[in-house]
Amino acid sequence: MTTASDIDRTPAVTSLRRKDLLGIGDLSSEEITLVLHTAEAMKEVGTRPIKKVPALRGKTVVNLFFEPSTRTRTSFEIAEKRLSADTLNIAIGTSSVVKGETLADTALNLEAMSPDMIVLRHSSSGACHFLSRICRSAIINAGDGMHEHPTQALLDAFTIRERKKQLAGLKVAIIGDLLHSRVLRSNIQLLTKMGAHVWVCGPPTLIPTDIRRFGVEATSFVDEAIVDADVIMLLRIQLERMEGAYFPSLREYFRVFGMTEERLRLARPDVMIMHPGPMNRGVEIASEVADGPYSVILDQVANGVAVRMAVLYLLAGGTDEEAA
Amino acid sequence: MKKLLRGGRVIDPSNGVDGVQDVLISDDRIERVGRDLPADGATIVEIPAGLIVCPGFIDMHVHLREPGQEHKETVATGTAAAVAGGFTAVACMPNTVPVNDNANVTSLILAKAAEASLARVYPIGAVSKGSKGELLADIAELKQAGCVAITDDGHPVRTALLLRRALEYAGMFGMPVIEHCEDPTLKGDGVAHEGFHAASLGLRGIPGACEALGVERGVLLSELTGSTFHVAHMSARASIRAVRKGKDAGVRVTCEVAPHHFTLTDEALAAPIPYDTNVKMNPPLRESADRDAMIAGIADGTVDVIATDHAPHHYDEKKVEFDHAPFGIVGLETAVSLSLDRLVHAGVIRLSRLVELLSVNPARVLGVPGGSLAPGAPADITVIAPDLKVRVHAARMRSRSKNTPFDGWELRGGVAATIVGGRTLFTNPDTPIAHL
Repeated sequence: MTTASDIDRTPAVTSLRRKDLLGIGDLSSEEITLVLHTAEAMKEVGTRPIKKVPALRGKTVVNLFFEPSTRTRTSFEIAEKRLSADTLNIAIGTSSVVKGETLADTALNLEAMSPDMIVLRHSSSGACHFLSRICRSAIINAGDGMHEHPTQALLDAFTIRERKKQLAGLKVAIIGDLLHSRVLRSNIQLLTKMGAHVWVCGPPTLIPTDIRRFGVEATSFVDEAIVDADVIMLLRIQLERMEGAYFPSLREYFRVFGMTEERLRLARPDVMIMHPGPMNRGVEIASEVADGPYSVILDQVANGVAVRMAVLYLLAGGTDEEAA
Repeated sequence: MKKLLRGGRVIDPSNGVDGVQDVLISDDRIERVGRDLPADGATIVEIPAGLIVCPGFIDMHVHLREPGQEHKETVATGTAAAVAGGFTAVACMPNTVPVNDNANVTSLILAKAAEASLARVYPIGAVSKGSKGELLADIAELKQAGCVAITDDGHPVRTALLLRRALEYAGMFGMPVIEHCEDPTLKGDGVAHEGFHAASLGLRGIPGACEALGVERGVLLSELTGSTFHVAHMSARASIRAVRKGKDAGVRVTCEVAPHHFTLTDEALAAPIPYDTNVKMNPPLRESADRDAMIAGIADGTVDVIATDHAPHHYDEKKVEFDHAPFGIVGLETAVSLSLDRLVHAGVIRLSRLVELLSVNPARVLGVPGGSLAPGAPADITVIAPDLKVRVHAARMRSRSKNTPFDGWELRGGVAATIVGGRTLFTNPDTPIAHL
C-alpha cells in the first residue's frame, strides 16, 4: 500500500527482472517505485562536477528513432553518457524505410553488431513489442505511435513526487488530445496504479472509446476536471491534423479547453502545471501559465535524464542498493 | 465406374435425410441415397461409425490471389487448401491483379482450376471496371465466362447510385451482388475494432457502425431494386440487426459470417501475442457482444452462410508493424473444425444446420450446383469426423500462406474426406477412413 510519505520508503523490490521496458502496463507498482527511487540517486549524479558514473561502461546503446524528437532523444543520450555507455543515434525518416528495409531487417542488422540495448521511437503502436519478439537486446520504448511513452510517465511521476511527496490521493487532470496521446496512455496507467485520482478531459471527438475502463473519470467540461486539482497536465494538440477535423478552430479550442490563469483559480493553490512538450502556446496553454509560478515544465525535462538513467541502469541488471 | 459409400450417417437437409444410409456414386454424379443399397459391382467404401457424410461444403468467399499475387496463393494451392479443409468448391473474389472485370481473367482462373483439378472454382466478377467504383464492368460477359456473382470486395461499391445500378443490372441475370459493407469515411485509416482494446493499445479504430451503414444501404437498395443483396463477412451486431430487419420486411438479403468472427474478439489484439498481425483483418475482430450476436444470428437463422474470407498473405507482408500489415487471414483449413467446435459442440446449432450453412445455403445464394445429394447431383461430398481431436499446424497447411491466428489450437471435429465429382481428393490420415 502506498502511504503518505512514500518518497522516503525503500522499494519492495530491488531490481527490474525484465528484458525490456515496453510500457507502464507491464510494470507493477513496486517496480515503478523502484525506478523512481533509483532516479533520486541518479539525479544526484547530475549535480556533481563530474557528471559521470561507470555503471554502463562497456555497454552499447542504440537510439533508434523513426520519428523526429529533440527532447526524448537528447535526454536518453545524456542519460546514457552519464552512465558511461557507448551510444549511437540512428534517425531514420519513416518514409525512407517504407521504400527500403523493413523494421525487422533494420533491427536484425543492428543486432548482428551486438548492442546491449535499443531505445526505440516509432510512429506505429506496438513497434516495440514487435522488436522485442525478434531481438535479444533490451528494448526501451521511447514512444510507439499512440500507444505508450513509459519514460515520460515515469519522469512525470518523479516530478510530482518531488513536490507532493506522494502520488496516492492526488487529483490529476489530464487535458488535451487524449485520442492520439501515448503520454496519456502511459500516465493514466502509472497514476492509477499508484493510487492517484485521474480525470481526463478533452473534446468528445478526442476521447478514446471506453476510456473509463482504465479507472479514470472522463469529462469534456474542463472546470469539472480541474476543480481542486493537485496536478494539471496539458497534452499537445497536433496543429497540422486537428483543425477543422476534430474541433472547429484553434481559437475555439483555446476558448473551451485552453489553460488560462483565470481557470487555474479553480485548482488547488499549490497546483502543478505540467506539459510533456512540445508546447503550443496559446492553444492548449496560455504563455502566462506555461511561464508562471505553478509551471514545472522545465523540471520535467531536467528529471527526464535522471529517470532514464534509472531505467537504463536497472534494465542492465543494476540493483537499487548499488545505486544508493 | 460406381462407388458405394456404406454405413455412414448421411445428413442431407435439402432432401430431409438424416440417418445411416448408403450413397451410390456413378462416375461424377450421385445415383441414389438409401438404406442397404445393393453393391451391384460398385467399389465399396465402408464409412466408419461416427463419421458423417454431407453434401460438399462450399466456401463462397475466398481470395485465390491468381492472377497477380502468386507469392500469396495460386488457384492450385488455394484449391488444395480447400479440399484439405473439406471444401469441394470455392467462389473466388475478383480483387486479383488485374481485377477480374472481364472474360479473359475469368477464363484464366477457370483454366487454372481445370489444370489443378481439385476443388471446383466459381469466379466472382467485379461490379465496376477495375473495382474503381466508376463504370460498371461488362457483367453479361462475366456471367457468360462463368462468373456466378459480382462484388467490388476489398472495398464497398463506391456510390449508392452505382450499387443500385449493379443490383438492377445483375438482377437481370439472377446474379447476386456481394458487398463488402463499409463506410469508407468512418473506416478512415483504422486498423482494429474501435473499442477498449484498440484504445488501450493505441490502434486507430473502425467502429461497428462503419459496417452497419453499408448493410443498411444495401438492404434499402435491395428493397428498391428487388435484386438479391448478399452481405459478405459480417462482424458487427448492428449489421445482424439490419439484416434481420430486412429479412422480416421481405427484402432479398442474405449474409455470411466468417469463423474468426464467431470465435475471436478484439481481446486477441492484446493477448496472447500483443499486436499480432495475424489478428488483423477487415472487418476487424469485434467485442464480445458482437461475437455473441454472430452466434445468435447463426442459431436463429438470420445468418445464411459460413464463409471464410480466406485471405492469404505472404510471411514477409505480415512480419511488419501492425499498422503496416495487410488485412486478412487464411481460413480454408480451419473453418470446419472451428464450426464444429464453437457451434456444434458448444450447443449453438445441430449438425444439420451446419450443413445448411456450409453447403445448402452457399449453393442456393450463388445459384450453383451442389448442396444436395439428390440423384443426378454432382458427387461432391464432404465426410466429417465431428469428434476428431484436431490440432492446427500452420506450417503444415496446404495454402501457400500460413497467416492464421489459430496455430496450435486444439479443436474438436475435423474433416475425414473430401470427394469432388466422385474422386476422393483428400483423406485425413488421422481418421479411420484413411485406412480404407
